[in-house]
Amino acid sequence: MISFASNSEGLIAKKTTSEALRPATFSFDREGRVAKFHEQVFMLICLCSAIIPILLMIWLLGQTILIGFSRIDLDFLSGFPSRFAKNAGILPALVGSLYLMGLTGLMALPLGVCSAIYLEEYAQESWFKKLIEINVSNLAGVPSIIFGILGLELFVRAMRLGPSILAGSLTLALLSLPIVITASREAIKSIPTHLKEASFALGATRLSVIRRVILPLAMPQIITGAILSMARAIGESAPIIVIGAASFIAFLPNSPMSEFSAMPLQIFQWVERPQREFLENASAAIVVLLMILILFNALAAWLRHKHEKN
Amino acid sequence: MGEPTEPSKAISLQKIYEKMLELLLKICGSIAVVATLGVLYVLASKTLAFFNQVPLAAFFLDTRWTPLFESKRFGIWALVSGSLLITTIAMLTAAPLGILSSIYLSEFAKPTMRKILKPVLEILAGIPTVVYGYFALTIITPGLMRIIPHLKGFNAISPGLVMGFMLVPTISSLCEDALFKTPKELKEAAYSLGARKLSTIFMVILPYARSTMIAALFLAFARAMGETMIVSIAAGLKPNFTIDAREPVQTMTSYIVQVSMGDTPQQSIEYLTIFAVGSMLFILTFTFNATSRIILNGRSRVHR
Repeated sequence: MISFASNSEGLIAKKTTSEALRPATFSFDREGRVAKFHEQVFMLICLCSAIIPILLMIWLLGQTILIGFSRIDLDFLSGFPSRFAKNAGILPALVGSLYLMGLTGLMALPLGVCSAIYLEEYAQESWFKKLIEINVSNLAGVPSIIFGILGLELFVRAMRLGPSILAGSLTLALLSLPIVITASREAIKSIPTHLKEASFALGATRLSVIRRVILPLAMPQIITGAILSMARAIGESAPIIVIGAASFIAFLPNSPMSEFSAMPLQIFQWVERPQREFLENASAAIVVLLMILILFNALAAWLRHKHEKN
Repeated sequence: MGEPTEPSKAISLQKIYEKMLELLLKICGSIAVVATLGVLYVLASKTLAFFNQVPLAAFFLDTRWTPLFESKRFGIWALVSGSLLITTIAMLTAAPLGILSSIYLSEFAKPTMRKILKPVLEILAGIPTVVYGYFALTIITPGLMRIIPHLKGFNAISPGLVMGFMLVPTISSLCEDALFKTPKELKEAAYSLGARKLSTIFMVILPYARSTMIAALFLAFARAMGETMIVSIAAGLKPNFTIDAREPVQTMTSYIVQVSMGDTPQQSIEYLTIFAVGSMLFILTFTFNATSRIILNGRSRVHR
């Protein structure tokens, strides 16, 4: 604020002297045009900064689709990994990713919503609430690979789950917990207080207010946040690599204790290969993965839209 | 609520039920704390085991990192320098683009333009990092090789640039929030004093939003440092104490991935290195995140 005050004073001083020295019409005309020109140039630079990353990404995605799209067929979607690029498919990775995402959601959603309810509806302003809040925002900043290290020691080794889907989704659940908590808190906060107060005034207990008023109203927004965080979890590779997921799996996972592969892992493995055919496979797998993500984002957007209409 | 015959008992049962539920919610709430403690415990205990076998001096006073070879050297700076080099390139790309695009979105863009650009930019942040790694290795690096002489197939420039583009939406949306929050009175005061749009932006809005924008940059820096897949794919796996961005480098994160992909026996010194490197990574990212948060907290106290 102090710096602003001094700046604006400087601004006034400059203006008054420059206008006092020159005839008003002339200075206004010329200065005005020059200033307008500067403004236009600056706006153009700003606009380019926003557009260049987008154009670049569209071009990169276009290249990927060009290389990979023709490779996508039923054999590719329903095939198993192979040493020969032409025979290789993504079925185990695809199923693994969906499995992983389902389990992650099952764990992260209830935990995240309960945490959010506690923080918004129960917790008093105390050191304990502060501690939780600090830890949530801290966890959001922890690199995903560190979660992988935690998962490796805690779930894979200490709890003896091995490099299984369960260990993977526990790790991803911890990873997405901060996002789910934050989204759910926002959802709960957005409910008008008068609705809650009206229910309390009618003699409802805190529990029934939560169950009958808060949760039903906040649910669409919570689900939207959860879908988005699951979409992020499905794209994560680093933690899954660290807990030791296999990239070459010739069977479909059939229980939470199965070993598994996942889409990002399969892409990583193919990208690492020098042969051109594997690159095609990687491009095709990327197209499939992005389509899944678009589907989830569209679902979230549709839910939000529907909610806003009501 | 309760049975009419025994109201007191029913109410107390209900009370117990509610108390239990509150406790359950409290336990859920504490998971975040437990997770942080878990991270700290795992990293600290294994790092201590590592330093039981490797002296501190060998870790901090060396610039060669060769734990996977016959003659083992544990100079962490070879990995930290790789991380810093790529992160710096990423920030040099992302900071100007992110800040300028946030100025466009909050000060120049018409509402419809804003409505289109914002979600599209956000999509960039949602693309999995393994895909960015693929872009860097297979499209950006071959392109750059035609422009930059002596560029190696694995290098620091390409993943740094791609990571920079990935971070644009992060910086842009945080900065835009900050710019958007500039009180209308301040802007109107500037305009009424005869200030033009550019002077208002540079002398009123940007100074007002400055600290929040710096906090956003710190946050992006921490995220760049923890980024794993882009560097694992496109930067090469060669620990390299250099500032030559055309050379292959290894970062802390890509080293952890390299060890995880191989079969290192548990409790061997090679295995323990990932925890030492992980601790270093955690400390560095935590420092940047904490700085960011301190700046933000200090600011909200001043402006409340």
